[in-house]
Amino acid sequence: MIDYGKILNPEVLNIKPSGIRKFFDIAETMKDVISLGVGEPDFPTPWQIRQAGIKSLEESKTRYTANRGLQALRETIAAYMKRKYQITYDPAKEILVTVGGSEAIDAGLRATVCSGDEVIIPQPSYVCYEPITQLVGGVPVVIETRAEDEFKLTPEALRAAITPKTKVLILPYPCNPTGAIMEREDLEKIAAVLRDTNILVISDEIYAELTFGGKAHVSIASLPGMAERTIVVNGFSKAFSMTGWRLGYACGPKEIIAQITKIHQYAIMCAPTTSQYAAIAAMTGCDEVVAEMAEEYDARRRLIVDSFNKIGLTCRNPRGAFYAFPSIRKTGMSSEEFCEKLLAAKHVAVVPGTAFGRGGEGFIRASYCYSTEHIKEALRRIGEFLEELS
Amino acid sequence: MNIKLLKLLNKNARYSMADLSSMTGRSIEEVAADIDELEKSGVIRGYKTVVDWERLDNSYVSALIELKVTPKARLGFEEVAKKVMKYPEVESVYLMSGSYDLCVMVKGKTFQGVAMFVAKELSTIESVTSTATHFVLRRYKELDVELCDDEHDDRGHFSF
Repeated sequence: MIDYGKILNPEVLNIKPSGIRKFFDIAETMKDVISLGVGEPDFPTPWQIRQAGIKSLEESKTRYTANRGLQALRETIAAYMKRKYQITYDPAKEILVTVGGSEAIDAGLRATVCSGDEVIIPQPSYVCYEPITQLVGGVPVVIETRAEDEFKLTPEALRAAITPKTKVLILPYPCNPTGAIMEREDLEKIAAVLRDTNILVISDEIYAELTFGGKAHVSIASLPGMAERTIVVNGFSKAFSMTGWRLGYACGPKEIIAQITKIHQYAIMCAPTTSQYAAIAAMTGCDEVVAEMAEEYDARRRLIVDSFNKIGLTCRNPRGAFYAFPSIRKTGMSSEEFCEKLLAAKHVAVVPGTAFGRGGEGFIRASYCYSTEHIKEALRRIGEFLEELS
Repeated sequence: MNIKLLKLLNKNARYSMADLSSMTGRSIEEVAADIDELEKSGVIRGYKTVVDWERLDNSYVSALIELKVTPKARLGFEEVAKKVMKYPEVESVYLMSGSYDLCVMVKGKTFQGVAMFVAKELSTIESVTSTATHFVLRRYKELDVELCDDEHDDRGHFSF
């Protein structure tokens, strides 16, 4: 008999499986679940983007591209980064097209973090940073951001977390699940802490196109002296409703991008070719469609936030991404307990805040990537659930 | 911004004042006053329900009629269009560019009824030089609303 205990990598075995898997499985068995649980747009990929993908297939563009990605796409990304975020990147050396933002994060951490290096991770945040850090032998150093700071990373908390072993700061804004954003003045303070250090920022800006209230996203790489110490990770999934196309990119100093490209070259070869052609169309001809989707998200955001507050769950205005993050503390339940009971009693699926780090205790994440009718029905059921509790 | 309000109502005329207030970020009173004003000034012309009659035994037939019109001194396009639109059988009338002049959507209980209406009423109008009738066989989408149910949310219940 083969001994899998001896086969499997202890580092992998040490990664804790998502504690809420069981509860996901329960939802799968229910017929009339109304979910606010997903982290991806409900809009289909805009037609002109799909068409560009189809056209590339018709023209037999079905082979590998350059490891870094199509030259034309890298040039398009460079122009986009300049136009949107006022950052200049050399498409030949400072941009790598990846399989989703996820690959950029993975390869970015693998290219930089050595055994024992510390990676600072503000939480609650997206679930991948901690396990990947562990896989590369790094030590995750979690900063728990606080509701009273609007879940922003503060310079005080950052300064307190930095040690001589700190290698990387993950900057996950606009933030899934909290909806927090970092405005220019917030970023200035973070930049001031980092400028004289040898710490690299991996800035996960996948939700950059989704900020509300007239404040356009600011990238920390656009601040003086920061581009040389920042890898900007972005992608097509959220802004252009292209989750299934698996396409993202990393922009940063050529010294680092060259090394990330080596990992990408051996592990992946190149990002999907069809997706790359579609992505060029996304960045060049879709401003209007993207603005329309953002407007729709904004209306839903206002609706879901008002509705949570009306049924008595305090919910601050998320400033970016597409999630509401209301507090459920007043129910006296833990986040997981709340979500399990809500699912059992009303068949409504939301994600416990603790799925995104211990600091998410007392909160739930409710996605508003759903029609207004769907959101209203879900909130009606949550309202009933709360009434039946009291 | 009334455009935002109109877009929302155009999508769903049954949103409550409270929903509209939430979604536009304005007070219920302001939204109500705006709607009132939009109705009075004629920007909002009415509220209707999109019905898929084929799901009932109460189905009807409709047709697109191409009208060619040779305008005369007394009966120009405008006059013909206004005359046509008064028939209760007529759902919509558009002045068109291209190979014909007026596009008329007509509704009736039977194919025969619609055909007779075209022959007896539309084609006899002075200035109308020809008609072509195209019956609608199936409706897939009407007024932005999809009438077939093959779309479903394939995203599952959870993802991070």
